[in-house]
Amino acid sequence: MMPGDIIGHEFVGEIVETGREVKTLKKGDRVVVSSMISCGQCRYCKHQEWSLCDNSNPKGALQEPLFGFSTSGIYGYSHLFGGYAGAQAEYVRIPYADYGAIKIPEGLTDEQALPISDAFPTGLMGADLCNIKRGDIVAVWGCGPVGQFTIRSAYMLGAERVIAIDRVPERLKMAREQSGADTINYEEVGAGEALKEMTGGRGPDACIDAVGLEAHGMGFMGAYDEVKQAVKLSIDRPYVIRQMILACRKGGTLSIMGVYAGFLDKMPMGAAFSKGLTLKMGQMFGQKYIPMLLDRAVKGEIDPSYVFTHQMPLDQAKQAYETFKHKKDNCIKVVLKP
Amino acid sequence: MKAVCWRGAKDVRVENVPDPKILNPRDAIVKITSTAICGSDLHLYDGFIPSMMSGDIMGHEFMGEIVELGTGVKNLSIGDRVIVPFTISCGSCYSCKTAQWSLCDNSNPNAFMAEALYGYSAAGLFGYSHIFGGYAGGQAEYARVPFADVGLYKVPEGLTDDQVLFLSDIFPTGYMAAENCNIKPGDTVAIWGCGPVGQFAIRSAFLLGAERVIAIDRFPDRLKMAKEQAGATEVINYEEVDAGEALKEMTGGRGPDSCIDAVGMEAHGTGPDYLYDKAKQAVRLETDRPTALRQVIVACGKGGTVSIPGVYGGILDKIPFGAAFNKGLTMKMGQTHVHKYLDPLMKHIQNGDIDPSFVITHRISIDDAPQAYETFKHKKDNCIKVVIKL
Amino acid sequence: METEAGKINQSQAETDETISDKERWASIVGGSAMVLMGLQQRSLRGILTAIAGGGLAYHGATADKSLQDKVVDATGINKAIRVEKTVTIDKSAEELYNYWHNFENLPNFMKHVKSVQVLDMRRSHWVANAPLGQTIEWDADIINDQPNQLIAWASEEGAQVDNSGFVRFSPAPSDRGTEVKVVMEYNVPGGMVTAAIAKLFGEEPEQQIGDELRRFKQLMETGEIATTEGQSRGQ
Ligand SMILES: NC(=O)c1ccc[n+]([C@@H]2O[C@H](COP(=O)([O-])OP(=O)(O)OC[C@H]3O[C@@H](n4cnc5c(N)ncnc54)[C@H](O)[C@@H]3O)[C@@H](O)[C@H]2O)c1
Ligand SMILES: NC(=O)c1ccc[n+]([C@@H]2O[C@H](COP(=O)([O-])OP(=O)(O)OC[C@H]3O[C@@H](n4cnc5c(N)ncnc54)[C@H](O)[C@@H]3O)[C@@H](O)[C@H]2O)c1
Ligand SMILES: [Zn+2]
Ligand SMILES: [Zn+2]
Ligand SMILES: [Zn+2]
Repeated sequence: MMPGDIIGHEFVGEIVETGREVKTLKKGDRVVVSSMISCGQCRYCKHQEWSLCDNSNPKGALQEPLFGFSTSGIYGYSHLFGGYAGAQAEYVRIPYADYGAIKIPEGLTDEQALPISDAFPTGLMGADLCNIKRGDIVAVWGCGPVGQFTIRSAYMLGAERVIAIDRVPERLKMAREQSGADTINYEEVGAGEALKEMTGGRGPDACIDAVGLEAHGMGFMGAYDEVKQAVKLSIDRPYVIRQMILACRKGGTLSIMGVYAGFLDKMPMGAAFSKGLTLKMGQMFGQKYIPMLLDRAVKGEIDPSYVFTHQMPLDQAKQAYETFKHKKDNCIKVVLKP
Repeated sequence: MKAVCWRGAKDVRVENVPDPKILNPRDAIVKITSTAICGSDLHLYDGFIPSMMSGDIMGHEFMGEIVELGTGVKNLSIGDRVIVPFTISCGSCYSCKTAQWSLCDNSNPNAFMAEALYGYSAAGLFGYSHIFGGYAGGQAEYARVPFADVGLYKVPEGLTDDQVLFLSDIFPTGYMAAENCNIKPGDTVAIWGCGPVGQFAIRSAFLLGAERVIAIDRFPDRLKMAKEQAGATEVINYEEVDAGEALKEMTGGRGPDSCIDAVGMEAHGTGPDYLYDKAKQAVRLETDRPTALRQVIVACGKGGTVSIPGVYGGILDKIPFGAAFNKGLTMKMGQTHVHKYLDPLMKHIQNGDIDPSFVITHRISIDDAPQAYETFKHKKDNCIKVVIKL
Repeated sequence: METEAGKINQSQAETDETISDKERWASIVGGSAMVLMGLQQRSLRGILTAIAGGGLAYHGATADKSLQDKVVDATGINKAIRVEKTVTIDKSAEELYNYWHNFENLPNFMKHVKSVQVLDMRRSHWVANAPLGQTIEWDADIINDQPNQLIAWASEEGAQVDNSGFVRFSPAPSDRGTEVKVVMEYNVPGGMVTAAIAKLFGEEPEQQIGDELRRFKQLMETGEIATTEGQSRGQ
C-alpha cells in the first residue's frame, strides 16, 4: 500500500459513464461489482476462475517472486493486486465493466445487494469448495460477515449441521439466530475437543477458515519485501489453519477463504498428511457466484442485509474502521453512505 | 527367524527373533519371499519418525506364501501366494467402506498416540513406528498380517515376484499421487523426486492421460530412468537449472497444471532455506525439511493441484501459503489407499501396460540389508530400488 | 428425541427444581453440544438421579439435592473426575445397546474392569483392578434405561468408588452409523487416596475412556480388538 491509495472493494452503485466498448451496461444502471477485477477473456475467466485472471493485474510482475504467477487485480487492495483505486469513495472506475458490474434486479435495496459484491460470494465459495455431501457437518472458524455468509451457504448447499467458532458473543448469537448454527466460543472451551465431542468423535467433515491473517499492520507489501530479503520471518499467524488441520476428520476438506499472503510457520503438515486431508483455498470467484446470489435474493430466499449493524456517512469512515476493527458497539458490518 | 531390526538412528541389524504367532482370529502368517526397502524406511533409518523402539522390525513392502491362518479367515488357504498392502485396514469401518483404506478407524492399537499428535488416528502400518501401531514389519522371514481376509491379495498365475511386489506400496502410491492430480487431456504434470515413487508417478500420470510429464531430481541415473524407462517427456536437473523457472519456460509461462511432491520430509536443497531447515531439523525445532514442497507450491500454475505422496510427519516452517492461497491451489495428500488400487493395477500389469520391475537395481539377501540401507540412502552404486530375496 | 423427553415430563412432579433438571436431561438425551459444558458446576450424579423415573425409581432420587450438596461439601465438585467421550460405530443402535446392556460383556473391552456380575434387572456387582494386584468392588444400579438409546447408572451409596454416568446411543447423520457417547463422573470420597483412584481409572481418564470406546468400536465393527501384544521383535 502507499499513502493516498483509495481503499474499499465491496460496493454497489449507479453507472454514470461507460467506455465505448462496454456493451451490456448503460448510464443509470444499478450494479453490484465483484471485488475481483477480471478480463472475462483469458483461460481462467473462461473457466469461471475469475480471481486467477491473467490480464487484469497491471503490476503482476510484483506477485511473481512471491506466488510464482500473477493473479487478478482487486479494488483498493495494495499494489500487489494492481494498485486499483478502491470504492470507499463517491465514484470508482470499473475496468472490464461488462464482466465486473452486474445489474441489480428490481426490488433489491442497496443493503440487500451490497454483501453480494464480496462477503456473500466468498462465503458461498468457501462452502462450495467443501463439496458438501448428505449428512456432512461443517465447522466454520470466524463469525465476521464472511463467516456469517459461509454458515448460511453451507446450509444452502445441504450441510446437515454447521458449527461456528468465534469468541465475540454477538457474532456467535447472529450465527445461531440468523442461520441456525451451533456455536463454540473458543475462549471457553478448546475448539478441537468440543468439535470432536459434537461430531460423534468423528470430527467435522469440512472446516472453513473465515478468519485469515487478520489485518495486523503487516500488509502485502511487507510480504513482498520480505521475500526479496530471502526467507527470514513469517508474517501470518496461522492459528486457525493449525487448529483446522488437527480438528478436521480424516479424509476431510479444509476450505480456506481467510486471506493469507506470506509464509506459514509451525504448520502441522504431518497431521494433514496422515489424515489425508484436501486443502482448497483462494480469492473468491465473484462473477461466478454473484448472479446466483442475486437470483436467490430476488426470490426472497435470502436477505443478506442482516449482517449490517452500522450505517455511517462516508465522512465518518475513520471512526467506522475503528469500530469495526475493535468490534466495538457490537459491530459486525458497516455500510458507508457517500 | 531372521529379521531386520531397528536399533537406533542409522543402525539396523539382522537378528534372530521369535517367529510370529497368530494373535487374533483374522490374522495370517506369511512366509516372505520378496521384501523391499522403501524411501519411507529411510525416514525411520535417519530417525525422523518419532516413537521407534529398539528392536522394532522394519519393512512394509512384502509378499509371500500363507503358512498359517486364524480361525476367522475364510477366503484364503494355506499355500496361497499373496501380496501384503502396507496399510492395515479392517474393511468394516466407515473409512474402509468408503475406500479410504489408509484412514481405517480400527487397525491402530496405539490410536491414542496418533490422536494426540494429529487429532485423529489413521490406519496402522507395518514396521512404521508405534504412532502407526507398532506392528512388526516385513523385512523378515515371516510376518503376521492382521485383517488378512481383507488385506491379503492373491497373485494370479504366471507373474513373478518382481512384477507384482510393488503393488504392496510404491506402484499404488505413484498411481494415487497421479490420480489426486485429477488429470485432464492436455495437462502437464511436474514430478519432484525420481526415486521409486516418482518413477511410478510418472508412469501413472501417463496411464491417467497426461499429455506431458516433467521429472525433477539431481541424480543422473534416476533422471535417466525417468526418461528412458518411465517415459518422462522431459527431465530437469535442479542442480543445473532453477526448476521453477525452467518449468515456467517449458509450459509457455502457464506453469504445470499439477505438481507432485514425491520427495517428502528429507528433501535436499540448494538455497539458504535448505541450510536453515537442516540446522533446525538437527536440533528438532522443525521436524521436516520441506524444500521440495515449497518449490512445488511456488512452481504450480494457477488453479492447479499439488499432490503430496512424499511423507511428512511433523511441523513445517516457511510454507509459502500466500502463494497457495492466491493461486487458488488444491492440495491433496496422504498415505496410499493400497487396497483400492490392487485390482486395476494388477490388470495393467497383466495387460502388459507396465512391468513394475524396471525400478529394481539391487537384489540382495537379508544378511546384506544393513549395507543396502546405506547404499540406498546415499544413492551409491546407482541404487534406486533394493529387493531382499528370501 | 422429543418424545423421550416428553415421557420423562409425565413421570415427574412439576417442581421448579425438577423442571430445570428435566431441561438438562432433555438436552443430555437429545442435545448435540457437550454435556459437561452444559452441566457446569452441577454434579452429574445429581442430575441423573433427579430425573431417574419411569418405574426405575432410585433411592437417591428424592435425596438428590442433599446428596449433591454432600458431595460438593465433602470434596468440592472440582475434585470429581469427569469425562465425556464419543465414538461413532458403524452398527445399529440396537446391536450396540444390546451388547452393552449385558454388563458382563463390558470387561471384554474395558481393561480396568475385571468382572461384572449382573444381580438382577437393576443391580450389578463390579470388580475393578487396582494397583498392586488389589481389587476394588462396588454395587451399581441402573437408574435409567431407555432401550436402544440410553443406559444411566450410579454406584450405590457407600460404594468405595462413587461413580455415575450414562452411555447414549444416537443415530449419526446419513450413513455414518451410531454415535456412542459416554459421560462419567467419579467422586473421590474424603480420605480416599486420590492417587489410587487416578491409577485405577488411569492417569489420563480421558484417554482411558477413549481407548475403551475405541476397543468397543473395534470389537463391534471388526469382531476383534487390534493388538500387537505378543508379536515378534528383537530382544
Ligand atoms: N477469499 C476471498 O476472496 C475473501 C473475500 C473477502 C474477505 N476475505 C477474508 O475473509 C476473512 C474474514 O473476513 P470478515 O470480513 O468476516 O472479517 P472479520 O475480521 O469481521 O471476521 C473475522 C472473525 O474471526 C474471528 N476470529 C479471530 N481469530 C479467531 C480464531 N482463532 N478462531 C475463530 N475465530 C477467530 C474474529 O473474532 C472475527 O469475528 C478475512 O481474512 C478477509 O480478508 C476473503
Ligand atoms: N504416501 C505414501 O503412502 C507413500 C508410500 C511410499 C513412499 N512414500 C514417500 O514417498 C517419498 C519418496 O519415496 P522413494 O522411495 O521414491 O524415496 P527416495 O529417497 O528413493 O527418492 C526421493 C528422491 O527425491 C529426490 N530429491 C530430494 N530433494 C529433492 C528436491 N528438492 N527436488 C527434487 N528432487 C529431490 C532425491 O534425489 C531422490 O531421488 C518418501 O517421502 C516416502 O516416504 C509415501
Ligand atoms: Zn481474465
Ligand atoms: Zn514404502
Ligand atoms: Zn477400517
